[in-house]
Amino acid sequence: MKLHEYQAKSIFADAGIPVPDSRLATSVDEALDAVDEIGYPAAIKAQVHVGGRGKAGGIKIATDREEAEAYADEILGMDLKGYTVDRVLVEAGVDFVDELYVGVTMDRGEGKPVLMVSTEGGVNIEEVAEENPDAIAREHVDPAFGLHPYQARKVVYEAGVDADVALDVASILSTLYDLYEENDASEIEVNPVMITEDRDVVAADAVMNIDEDALFRQPDLAEMAEESYEDDLERKAGEYGFDYVRLSGNVGIIGNGAGLVMTTLDLVDYYGGAPANFLDIGGGAKAERVTQALDMVFSDDNVDAVVFNIFGGITRGDEVAKGINEALAQFDEIPKKVVVRLAGTNAEEGMEILNTDLVEVEKTLEDAVQRAVKNAEEVTQ
Amino acid sequence: MSIFVDDDTRVVVQGITGGEGKFHAGQMIEYGTNVVAGAVPGKGGQEVDGVPVYDTVDEAVEAEDADASVIFVPPAFAGDAVFEALDTDLDLAVAITEGIPTQDMAKVNKRLSETDTRLLGPNCPGIITPGEAKLGILPGNIFSDGNVGLVSRSGTLTYQVVDNLTERGLGQSTAIGIGGDPIIGTSFVDALEAFEADPDTDAVVMCGEIGGEDEEQAARFIGEHMDTPVAGFIAGRTAPPGKRMGHAGAIVSGSGTGTAQSKIDALNDAGVPVGDTPEEVADHVEEFL
Repeated sequence: MKLHEYQAKSIFADAGIPVPDSRLATSVDEALDAVDEIGYPAAIKAQVHVGGRGKAGGIKIATDREEAEAYADEILGMDLKGYTVDRVLVEAGVDFVDELYVGVTMDRGEGKPVLMVSTEGGVNIEEVAEENPDAIAREHVDPAFGLHPYQARKVVYEAGVDADVALDVASILSTLYDLYEENDASEIEVNPVMITEDRDVVAADAVMNIDEDALFRQPDLAEMAEESYEDDLERKAGEYGFDYVRLSGNVGIIGNGAGLVMTTLDLVDYYGGAPANFLDIGGGAKAERVTQALDMVFSDDNVDAVVFNIFGGITRGDEVAKGINEALAQFDEIPKKVVVRLAGTNAEEGMEILNTDLVEVEKTLEDAVQRAVKNAEEVTQ
Repeated sequence: MSIFVDDDTRVVVQGITGGEGKFHAGQMIEYGTNVVAGAVPGKGGQEVDGVPVYDTVDEAVEAEDADASVIFVPPAFAGDAVFEALDTDLDLAVAITEGIPTQDMAKVNKRLSETDTRLLGPNCPGIITPGEAKLGILPGNIFSDGNVGLVSRSGTLTYQVVDNLTERGLGQSTAIGIGGDPIIGTSFVDALEAFEADPDTDAVVMCGEIGGEDEEQAARFIGEHMDTPVAGFIAGRTAPPGKRMGHAGAIVSGSGTGTAQSKIDALNDAGVPVGDTPEEVADHVEEFL
């Protein structure tokens, strides 16, 4: 789960990390009130979960009220890589002479958290990592002991941070690690940390991603998650408790188990179609879950046809079939053609139960996907 | 022959009184697995389907001579349950639970490096040696015994591939789900190493997916250390970057790994054919045998 910059920065500020003065605004008037309090220059920053906001035009620096009004008006409501901007962070501009990158993430290969520091801040760190991995200093933390303060200092010195600010940067990094642990973060990143002419150190951006599996013990963050959905369908999936990812194609996909659903997406692509979504309905799919899953794909305007693929382990094919029949019986007219393929536990019983007036049935995964791709093609022709 | 579990494996089920634990303990017994005990704090002295329940894993092992455990404990308590299994010196612990916080697993991982216990999972369907023993939630009826080893990060994808194999009369020596979480116990390399050493495994199927570098490491291992032929499948070719379908941040590796293409290329370089569809995987295995 990704927090917005303004959410992460409020957590940073509460922990004592220096951040620029800022206000959240959802209208041009609010943005102008904010700049009146903060002064100029002021950054107007779109609050969306999109990388490269600056390059895409989602961050502008206003030097007077007229500019602030124009930029706020431009950015609010803007479409940024498919997301509509509905709030901006208005923030005091920082006059900087140097930029650093600092971060904490889980190195899954090592099974340990890792601290990262680079003097090549302010740019896309993934590119730095790829082109010049030595430009990022790393230090693994033993999760049983937690961070020893010396480790934060060591990695900062190793990265070549200027000596006069090194301890301040190490102190920020140390606090970031505490936040990483306390909040069950999967990743915290400040890019850039700005060094001002007065040699102050300021966290100018904030990325904080939370381990979704830990939200049960992070009630405050779970509440923030509510604020952070950006797509109505993602919000709905969150309410239903589905693992859901929206893509740009027109073949809706419902299945059980991450690997098999991913495979179904891949096969849609392989047979010349374009997947519209990833939707894992999970184990033991009862009628209510099936109804909710169909509601998800039917509410996606991009979807022209649907493939429903279940391989029953715990999930029983006859129960899924009953669920599909019940769910579709609620419609006077089925909005989009649904191809169903059931396999595994009680699959044969399930195939017999399925009402073929409501759905099309195929025996193999390959056939089901090809039929759904064809159905989608027929709609678009 | 088989790897990790067989006729002699004696199993304690952690969480046997819960809905999932009770149901699957029953299924395991029905399959012929020696389920000798359950362990649930506060439920010691009870019985579930004739299986005695103890308050701790330690007591269960002491009384019933168990050497493996299967963990059906909710995510909030599962990290603790895995620690209990590791601290009891079992040969094998299989963690079925999905949704254990990653930072809990980092701590488990640290302990794992200090014990001799093998951990499978978490977030895995378990392990089955067809006709002998099943530890987990895999549907026993789709498996048949034979000489194909299978190792996979995903449950239902395993079932799909096994179904394709069984349909063609290609039985399995052992099938292992290693789990879909970022931090897991047994890796692809560990499982491949065991299959290579098993005289009755003549071909191996490896089902990977996007994220992390386990498949790349496995490819290197296959290229350098394996004579047994391996066929591969990689899920997630169409997954967008940065979305949670199992995808890790590419920044730690910093070398362009983690994508389906990187894994497919690594496997191909090691001489492993990768199927475009599950059916094609079965085609490759058929050619091997």
